[in-house]
Amino acid sequence: MSSPNGQDDIIVCRDVHKWYGNFHALKGINLTVKRGEVVVIFGPSGSGKSTFIRTINRLEEHQRGQIVVDGIELTHDLRNIEAIRSEVGMVFQQFNLFPHLTVIQNITLAPRWVRRRNRAEAEDKAMQLLKRVGIPEQAHKYPGQLSGGQQQRVAIARALAMDPKIMLFDEPTSALDPEMIKEVLDVMIELARSGMTIVAVTHEMGFARSVANRMVLFDEGVIVEEGTPQQIFEAPQHDRTKLFLSQILRH
Amino acid sequence: MTTLSEELHPPRSEVGPIGWLRANLFSSTGNALLTVVSGALLGLAGIGVIDWIVNRAQWRVIADNLRVLMLGIYPIDQTWRVWVTILIGVSLIGLGWGVWGGILRSLALGSAAAALLLNLFPVAADTRLYTVVAVGLIFGGYRLARGRAAWRRPVIVLGFLFPIVAVLLLRGLDERHPVLPLVRYDVWGGLLLTFSLALLGIVISFPLGVLLALGRRSSLPVVRGACIAYIELIRGVPLVTILFMAQVVLPLFLGGETTLERSTRALIGVVLFSAAYHAENVRGGLQSIPPGQIEAAKALGMNSLLTTVLIVLPQALRAVLPATTGQFISLFKDTSLVAIVGLTDLLGAARGVLAKPEFLGLSNEVYIFVALIFWTFTYSMSFVSRRMEAALGVGKR
Repeated sequence: MSSPNGQDDIIVCRDVHKWYGNFHALKGINLTVKRGEVVVIFGPSGSGKSTFIRTINRLEEHQRGQIVVDGIELTHDLRNIEAIRSEVGMVFQQFNLFPHLTVIQNITLAPRWVRRRNRAEAEDKAMQLLKRVGIPEQAHKYPGQLSGGQQQRVAIARALAMDPKIMLFDEPTSALDPEMIKEVLDVMIELARSGMTIVAVTHEMGFARSVANRMVLFDEGVIVEEGTPQQIFEAPQHDRTKLFLSQILRH
Repeated sequence: MTTLSEELHPPRSEVGPIGWLRANLFSSTGNALLTVVSGALLGLAGIGVIDWIVNRAQWRVIADNLRVLMLGIYPIDQTWRVWVTILIGVSLIGLGWGVWGGILRSLALGSAAAALLLNLFPVAADTRLYTVVAVGLIFGGYRLARGRAAWRRPVIVLGFLFPIVAVLLLRGLDERHPVLPLVRYDVWGGLLLTFSLALLGIVISFPLGVLLALGRRSSLPVVRGACIAYIELIRGVPLVTILFMAQVVLPLFLGGETTLERSTRALIGVVLFSAAYHAENVRGGLQSIPPGQIEAAKALGMNSLLTTVLIVLPQALRAVLPATTGQFISLFKDTSLVAIVGLTDLLGAARGVLAKPEFLGLSNEVYIFVALIFWTFTYSMSFVSRRMEAALGVGKR
C-alpha cells in the first residue's frame, strides 16, 4: 500500500447531483481525493459509479453541486472544461482506441494536435510509454491486430502521453478475458506506486487490496461506505457493504 | 499404424482445371445439363454478336463523327488546346505513377491503352502524333519520377492546380486574345462536356454533402433545420426537374446583370442534387461511429473541430466509400440528362449524329459506342474504389 505524497486535495466534489430526465442518478455525492491517492470505487451496476467518474472530466454534466479539479471549478465555461480535461486522463471499459490509426499514431495524436508537440518528440515519448506498459514492439500495428489486454495497455499509454495529473479508470478490465486482466492490473499497480493520483471504478478486489488508499462503495446514487481496504474487507460497517462483498468475494 | 514415406499428390481429377470444372460446372447431373445448355446458348449468341461486330456493323459512323462525339462544337482550330490539356493531365498521371505506384499505375497504363486504341480509328495525322506524345509523356513521367519520394508534395500541388490550368486552357481568356481566345462553356460538347460536368460535379458536391451531413447533426436548431429542409426538398424531386429549374430560376435569383451560361447552370443543378444524396450517405457513416470514439477524443482534450476532422470523418468517410463511389457513378451517368435542357453532352452529340440523314438507322453502333465509353469511366471509378477499400481496410478495421 502506498501512502500519498503531498496533502493537497486535487479533486473536491461537494453535494453533486445528476438527473437523467426524471431519474436521479447521483444523490448528493461528497468525495475528496488527495494528490497521489488511489481511490477505488465499487458497487452494484446502476449505482452511479460510472456516471460519477464521468462527471469529473465532464463526459457527463452534473446539475447541482460543485466539482473542483486541481483548483479549477467545473462549470459550463469551455475553457475550464478543456483545462480540466488536459489534466485528467481516462481509460474506458471498451478501450476506445482509434481503429484507423496505428498504435503509435493513437498515442501521439493528442500530444501533437492539442499540446502542439512536434512529431519526433511525441513519438519518442510514445515509445517510452509503450515500453513502460510492456509492448514497444506493437507500435506500428493497428488496434484491431492486438489482443484486448494489449489494447487496454495502449489506451493507458495514450492517456499518459498527455502528462495528466489524475488518471480515471472506468472498469478497465471488465471487458477482458481473465488471462489478460493481470497484465493490465500490473500496469495500473506500477502507475499507482509511481505516485499517480488514481480514481478507479473496478471489481478487482485484489488490485484494491494491494494499492488502494481508500475504497468507496456506491449504491443507488449515494456513497454507502468509505474506508481503507482493511476497514472495508475486515470490518464493514453497513449491511449493504457486507451483502455486496459477500456477493463478489464468493469466488 | 501407417506411415507416409513420400508426399502423395492428390489425383488429377480433383485439383487444377479439371477439378474446378468438376466442382463448379459438372458437380451433378442437373448442373452438367445446365452447363451444356447454357454453354450452347451463349455460344450461339456470342457468334451472332461477333459476326455483327466484325461483318455487318457500320463503324464508319463512329469514325466519321469522332470529333463531334468527343468535343461537340468546340472550334476546330482550337482543338490543340484540348490536346495540350490532355497531355498535361497524362504527364501528371505518369509522374504520379512514378512517385506512388499503386492505383496510379493502373490509371497510367489505362490512359496509355486508351491513347493507343484511338489510333484504331481513321483519325488525322496530328491526332496520331498527339496520342504517341501522350504515351511518351506517361512513360517518361514514370521514369523521371520513379523512386523520388521528395517529389510527392510538388506532384500533389500540381494535381490541385491542374483543374485551374485545364479550365484556363480550355475556356481561354477574352475574345480577342491571340493565343487563347474565349471558348464559352456552352460551346463545349460531347465527352468533353460530360467529363467536365461529372468531374466538377463530383469534386464540389462531395464536400458540400459532408458539410450538410455534419450540419444535420448540429446542436443549433437553425442549422439543423436548414440542412434537413434542403436534403428532404432536393431528394423529393427528380434531377430533370432540378435541371430545368436551374436553367429558369437561377437567372431570376441573380437578377438581370450577371448571366450564367447554360452549362454553369446545369453544373449547379447537378451539384445541388448530388450533395443531398452524399449528405445522407455520410450521415449513415457518422451514425456508425461508436460514441466512445468521441468520448475518448474529448477525454484527451481534443475540441469538436479536431475530433470531427481527425477521428470522426476519417472513419465515417472510409465506411461510406462504397456508397460514395456509387453516387459518383450515378452522377457521371446523370450528366446525360443535360441533353434535355439543350446542352450537347456525349449522349446529345450521339443523338445529333443519328439525326443526320446519311447515318440513319445506325443507332446500334452509336449507342454501343456511347455505352462503352460510359462503362470505361464508371468501371475505372469502381476499380479505384475497390483498391482504396482494400488499402484502407474498409470493413476490416
